[in-house]
Amino acid sequence: MKKSTKRLAFLGLATAVAMIFSYIEVILPPIWSAVPGIKVGLANIIIIFLLYRLSLKEAALVSFVRILLTALLFGNVMTLAYSVAGAFLSLALMAALKKWGIFSMTAVSVAGGVAHNLGQILMAILLLGTREIAYYMIILTLTGTVAGVFIGLGGALLLKHTKKLQI
Amino acid sequence: MLPDLLLVGAVVLLALLALLVYKYTGKTGEAVVVVIDGKETATYALDKDIEVVIETPDGGKNVLCIKGGVAYMTEANCPDGICAKHAPISKTNETIVCLPHKLVVKVVSQHTGDAPDITV
Repeated sequence: MKKSTKRLAFLGLATAVAMIFSYIEVILPPIWSAVPGIKVGLANIIIIFLLYRLSLKEAALVSFVRILLTALLFGNVMTLAYSVAGAFLSLALMAALKKWGIFSMTAVSVAGGVAHNLGQILMAILLLGTREIAYYMIILTLTGTVAGVFIGLGGALLLKHTKKLQI
Repeated sequence: MLPDLLLVGAVVLLALLALLVYKYTGKTGEAVVVVIDGKETATYALDKDIEVVIETPDGGKNVLCIKGGVAYMTEANCPDGICAKHAPISKTNETIVCLPHKLVVKVVSQHTGDAPDITV
């Protein structure tokens, strides 16, 4: 099989897994009523894995397609703007920090987690014209950090156990 | 390892500091302002128990309830219903947001602003 076909098939698979992670989070009951929409962001395990195993290009592609398909299939096209804003800021920051090279994958993931929340909050402030929404960032910074640690560990595990995989 | 700890440590420290400031300087609000698509549409005092049906231009319906000095959403016809699950708010700058309906209910401490005062 041509290498590019194999790569494409793998990316399709990765997107599907990311979507399943998203779906699980959507159907679970809210974990905390102070911020009802809060999610761990498990799909980002796939994204950070792709960033480290392949490149920013593949990570961005899967991230965007995952968000688009998830919004169309399981919800809410309205939330597309927020998801894209969060994912964009998160991935941009993670790629930059990875390139800088002084941080571990877990720290990069933490930065990504916080940035993801920040992107969504900024988009919400922009679209809803209410600055008070920024106050959620106090809690979201802490939860983004914790989530980032777990997602970073998940991504690292995935990297470790797929070393022999040719993609 | 050190850059990692510094990064995560700095982020967590900042967030914790902000949390402490927010918790200990937060004033109990006097009223809630309803903001739809960026425009303030109504103000309700927190000391008067009422139930209001908010209608947003896109056909959205959210029921805002003020009782015992706190405000919360009891029902909403938005696709995710996240606003209805939100814990009650009462401190200045706290908000309940309904993203699909572009609706924000925020707590203010000064009963001023462009929004018309609605007294029941």
